[in-house]
Amino acid sequence: MATVLVLVTAADAALDRVSLQGLTLGVSLAAGGPVHALLIGDAPLASELGGWGATHVHVADHPALATFAPDAIARIVDDLATSLGAGVVVGPGTETGNTVMARAAARAGLPFAANCVAAAAGDPLVVTRQRWGGSLLEQAAIHGDRAMLTVAPHVLAAVPTGGSATVETFTPTLDESDLAVRVVGRIPAPVAGVSLAEAKVVVTGGRGAGSAQGFAPVVELADLLGAAVGCSRAVTISGWRPHTDQVGQTGTKIAPELYILAGVSGATQHMAGCKGAKAILAINKDADAPVMALADYAVIGDMHEILPAISAEIRRRRGS
Amino acid sequence: MKVLVCIKRVPAVAGRITLTEDARAIDSKYLGFAIGPHEECAVEAAVRLVEEAGGESVVLSLGPAESLEQLRDAMAIGVSRAIHLVTDGEEWDPESTASAIVDAIRADEAESGPFDLLLFGNESGDTGGYQGAIRIGRALGRPVVTGLKGLGVADGRLRGEQAVVGGRDLYDVPLPAVASVLEGLNMPRYPSVPGRLRAKSKPVATSSPARPAQRLEMLRLVVPEGANKQVTILGNGAAAASATVDLLDRIGVL
Repeated sequence: MATVLVLVTAADAALDRVSLQGLTLGVSLAAGGPVHALLIGDAPLASELGGWGATHVHVADHPALATFAPDAIARIVDDLATSLGAGVVVGPGTETGNTVMARAAARAGLPFAANCVAAAAGDPLVVTRQRWGGSLLEQAAIHGDRAMLTVAPHVLAAVPTGGSATVETFTPTLDESDLAVRVVGRIPAPVAGVSLAEAKVVVTGGRGAGSAQGFAPVVELADLLGAAVGCSRAVTISGWRPHTDQVGQTGTKIAPELYILAGVSGATQHMAGCKGAKAILAINKDADAPVMALADYAVIGDMHEILPAISAEIRRRRGS
Repeated sequence: MKVLVCIKRVPAVAGRITLTEDARAIDSKYLGFAIGPHEECAVEAAVRLVEEAGGESVVLSLGPAESLEQLRDAMAIGVSRAIHLVTDGEEWDPESTASAIVDAIRADEAESGPFDLLLFGNESGDTGGYQGAIRIGRALGRPVVTGLKGLGVADGRLRGEQAVVGGRDLYDVPLPAVASVLEGLNMPRYPSVPGRLRAKSKPVATSSPARPAQRLEMLRLVVPEGANKQVTILGNGAAAASATVDLLDRIGVL
């Protein structure tokens, strides 16, 4: 039974959800043994972690941690894992978590498995991890004194345990070299419309839009629904819409209540970005397009006729 | 300005993935191959940096003999030469890939002088290991900045921008440095016909490193169960508008 350490990040005075999912995986790997959580800053949140399965919470407090410095956090993870004799370290499979955990593994000279959806304790520890943004899974054995892994976002549910944890704040040892890579400034985003990642409804156009101008009915419907506009990679590559609109494995990952795809074939690359959508409505000329296998609802036909008709019907019912 | 960009040959997967009989690879009989999406942007960035500042860009790939196609693609848009670490087609785990690339970088630098910048995609399009750039930077003692959507070099420093909730975080590190980038960094150009012809005569240095024991050992691949959804057809063409708006109403998004 290995000692388990879980890296927990926080932002805007809230615990990161993916970190809590990692904690749940950590609890299962500990099989009743101690589960240590490392929280970077935000000490007031430490007491909540017992309720998610941590038995011991270590809060790293250091003035240099006020801005993000991935090598510094990696060093703290590595040093704490060494002092606890941890056999498994779990982190969140976010951009932040993956970069920190990969750095901690490189520092310790250990293998690292990113974006795991399952892990079975043993020697070696065997994980199931995502490839292709989750369109393919890999079973892999981690050979090393300590298994370093991250949990893929929003696949496993975080399970509350109702437990409590001892909380200890410590000052980690850091030197200049750990802070060479750090955030030195922030450009605030211009206040845009609805954020793609957080939108309740997303209306996406694909190759079927035909041109940049062909997006007019997509934008019209999105405006009526207070939705965000998305697009596929084919659209970005054609230069019809900016990459910031792109949904997919290499674009934005979305989780709306309703996802409307117009003229999108449903390529693997695209569908890897909308696994969190609660309902999917596909509008496509081709009743056999791959998107149909993933959709809950479909309208067959030309998006350039159907989208304006839907917008007109919404206006009619609203009496405007 | 001397820039190295590392790329990986990945299958152009479109629809449902099918596996080879031994479940250790994607069945690519009917698939094309390409440079991974993030790495295409890294290649474009390398070419632009050298166009602006002068110098040399070099492309490196560890992969089977066929990876030469992707190395030629990079040279067709302006990269000067290639380094090909040829494998027998078996996968290499992230640690052993990084270690072979570190050896190749050291050998090339000993002969042709140091690189100012090593560029990578943030994660490979297929295996998604999220660690190559980090391991290589660590081994060479150079700062590593990951996940960049903006990148510039000036006064011997790399400035990087990372998209975060609420804006862009800025990084500023001294060269030589290592950076990994995300799709959206730029719009990669298409190779021209003369570019493709020129690429054929550009030098490619090949070597065949030995594959060490794999510490992240792939056991098998599994295609996840589909959602097995039953699609409800609301109708055909504009006539389906009423049924569609009924649905929007039911879901509560109207």
